[in-house]
Amino acid sequence: MEAFTTHTGTAVPLRRSNVDTDQIIPAVWLKQVSRTGFEKGLFAAWREDPTFVLNDPVYEGGTILVSGPDFGTGSSREHAVWALQQYGFRVVIAARFGDIFRNNSTKMGLLPVVLPAEKVELLQAAVEAEPTLDVTVDLVERQVRWADEAVAFEIDDYTRWRLMEGLDDIGLTLRHADDVTTYENGRQPWLPTTV
Amino acid sequence: MARTLAEKVWEQHVVRRAEGEPDLLYIDLHLIHEVTSPQAFDGLRLAGRKVRRPDLTIATEDHNVPTVLGPIADPVSKTQVETLRKNAAEFGIRLHPMGDAGQGVVHIIGPQFGLTQPGMTIVCGDSHTSTHGAFGGIAFGIGTSEVEHVLATQTLPAYRPKTMAIEVSGELPVGVTAKDLILAIIAKIGTGGGQGYIVEYRGEAVRKLSMEGRMTVCNMSIEAGARAGMIAPDETTFAYLKGRPHAPQGEAWDQAVEYWKSLRTDDDAVFDKVVEIDASTLTPYVTWGTNPGQGLPLGESVPTPESFDDPVARAAAERALEYMGLTAGTPLREIEVDTVFVGSCTNGRIEDLRSAADVLRGRKVKTRTLIVPGSMMVKQQAEQEGLHEVFKAAGAEWREAGCSMCLGMNPDTLRPGERSASTSNRNFEGRQGKGGRTHLVSPQVAAATAVTGRLTAPADL
Repeated sequence: MEAFTTHTGTAVPLRRSNVDTDQIIPAVWLKQVSRTGFEKGLFAAWREDPTFVLNDPVYEGGTILVSGPDFGTGSSREHAVWALQQYGFRVVIAARFGDIFRNNSTKMGLLPVVLPAEKVELLQAAVEAEPTLDVTVDLVERQVRWADEAVAFEIDDYTRWRLMEGLDDIGLTLRHADDVTTYENGRQPWLPTTV
Repeated sequence: MARTLAEKVWEQHVVRRAEGEPDLLYIDLHLIHEVTSPQAFDGLRLAGRKVRRPDLTIATEDHNVPTVLGPIADPVSKTQVETLRKNAAEFGIRLHPMGDAGQGVVHIIGPQFGLTQPGMTIVCGDSHTSTHGAFGGIAFGIGTSEVEHVLATQTLPAYRPKTMAIEVSGELPVGVTAKDLILAIIAKIGTGGGQGYIVEYRGEAVRKLSMEGRMTVCNMSIEAGARAGMIAPDETTFAYLKGRPHAPQGEAWDQAVEYWKSLRTDDDAVFDKVVEIDASTLTPYVTWGTNPGQGLPLGESVPTPESFDDPVARAAAERALEYMGLTAGTPLREIEVDTVFVGSCTNGRIEDLRSAADVLRGRKVKTRTLIVPGSMMVKQQAEQEGLHEVFKAAGAEWREAGCSMCLGMNPDTLRPGERSASTSNRNFEGRQGKGGRTHLVSPQVAAATAVTGRLTAPADL
C-alpha cells in the first residue's frame, strides 16, 4: 500500500450520519472480480441527486471527506474503501466509524481520522464557507490543521507506523510463521476441519 | 483472575503477543463466498502465496445465486461465481456450489455442518459472521485484505475489543421473538452503541432461546456496531451440535464438552460496559427508518423528527421519513407493504420457516411473498415437514436457497418505491433494490403482514 505521512488537500463536507457501506458502494457494484473501476460506483444512488455534495463543482478535486458520525457502518465490503480511494479520497474524517470499515481503510492506506463531533462540525462549516480551504492531515504529528485550527487525533502507534511505512500486513505476519506453526501443533484435538 | 467469555476465547487463540503491537490471533475456521474473495485470491497469486490451511476453509455460493431453478442470467454474477469455482479448485478449498445439497448462505451452513463450535475463532469476508458467536466463539466480519491475510497465514493481527454485557432479564412474552429482542436492543443502544466491543448476551431470556434464536440475536450484533456478539455455550448448544457431521465424536466429544463447559464468564469478571434490558416488557418490533436502530414496537406510530433531542438523530429521522415515504404520526400498523421476504442469514433457518408457516397455515397472502430457505438442507427439512405445501397453498413463492432479497445481488429485488416487510438485517436505503423501502420484522410479523398487506402481528389476525 501507498505510504501515508502528511497530506494537504481540499475537503468535501458530507452532512449525513450513518453513512453505511451500502451507500458508499451499492451491492450491484460488488459483482466485479477486479480491484479497479469502483470510483464510478461511489455513492452511486446519492450522486443521482444533482444537489448531492459530490456533484457540487466547488468541491471538485477534494481529497478529504468530512462526514457526520457513524461513517462506514454495515457491510464488510472493502470495495467501499477502494471506491473512495479510486475517486481520489485519501482521508475520511468523522466522529465515529464502523469498526470493519476502519480496519479495511488502514489495510489500504486510506486514513480514517476520528475527531470530536464538534470539531467535525467546525471543519464542515469552515469548508462550506471556503471550499478551497487547505486542510492538512498530519499522521506524523497526529493532527488535523486548517486556518488557525490544529486538532489532535488518536491512532495507535502500530497502525500509524504501518501506514507511514506503507507496510503490507501479510509480509509482517509471515516473519512469525514459526510461531504460527508452534501454535498449530498445540491446538485442541477435537477442533474441526472442513475436509 | 476472573475473565469474561470473550477474554477466555481470545487468550486461547493468541499466537504471538508483543508490546505495542496487536495480538496475532489464530483463526479456527475461515468461511468464503464469491463476493469478497476474488481480489484476495488474486493477491495470493500475485505474491506467489498458497492457502496455509485449506482444511480450515470452506466456500459456498450464496450472494449472487438465483432462487429459481436455472443458470445465472446476469453475466457479471456468473463470472463472479465461476471465479470462486476456479479459485477453490486451484487452492484446494472445499466448495458447495449451486445445486449442491450442502449449498446455502455462508452463516447457515457452518452451524448446520457442525463446523461452528464453542470457543472457536471464525471469520468471513461478511459482516454477519457475528452469527457464529451464538455457539460461544469469537466470530467477526473482515474485509478482502484480511481475507487474503487469513488465507495466507491462518491468522489476523488484531487488538482485543472491549467487552460489553447485554443482560436480558425476564422472559420474552408469547409472540415476541429473538428478532424482536435484537431490534429492541439496537433501538436502545443505537447503530454505533457496540462500536469497539464484543457483546456477550446474557440472562434468563437469552438462556431460553433456541440455537436458531441465539443465531438471530448474534447475527445482528453488527447492526449495533459491535465487532462480535456471543452467548456462552450450554446444554442447548451441545444438543444442537451432537451428531452433526463435523462435531466431535466418541471420546473427543466428551473432552470437547468438558472444555466447552468452562467457556462462561466468571462470576466476578468485570465487563467494560453493561446494558440491561427487560424482556418481559417487549412486544413485536419493526423498523420505520433507514438504519436498524430506527425501530419501534409495532403498536406505536411513525415518530416525528422533532421528538429527537439530538440534532444528528433528528436530521437522520427527517431524511429517513422522506426516503421511506412515511408521514409522522401514522400508526405503524397502517403501513401498507407490497412484498414480504422471509429468509436471510438472520431468519432463514428451519425454526423461522416453521413459525412463518404456522401463521400462514390455512390463510392466503395479499402481497408478493418470497420464502427463501437459508440453505438447501433447510429447504429439504422444510419439505420433509410439509412446510412448502403450506406456503404454496397460501400463495407464497417457495424458492431455492441463497441471500436473495436481503441485498438483491441476485434477481430478487424491490422496484423503486416498493415497500417490503423483511426478515433480513438491513433497512438501508436501496438495500433490497434501488429506491426500495424496507421494514425489518420477525418471521411471524412478516407472515401476518403478508396476510393483511399491512404491518401486522399474528395476534392481530
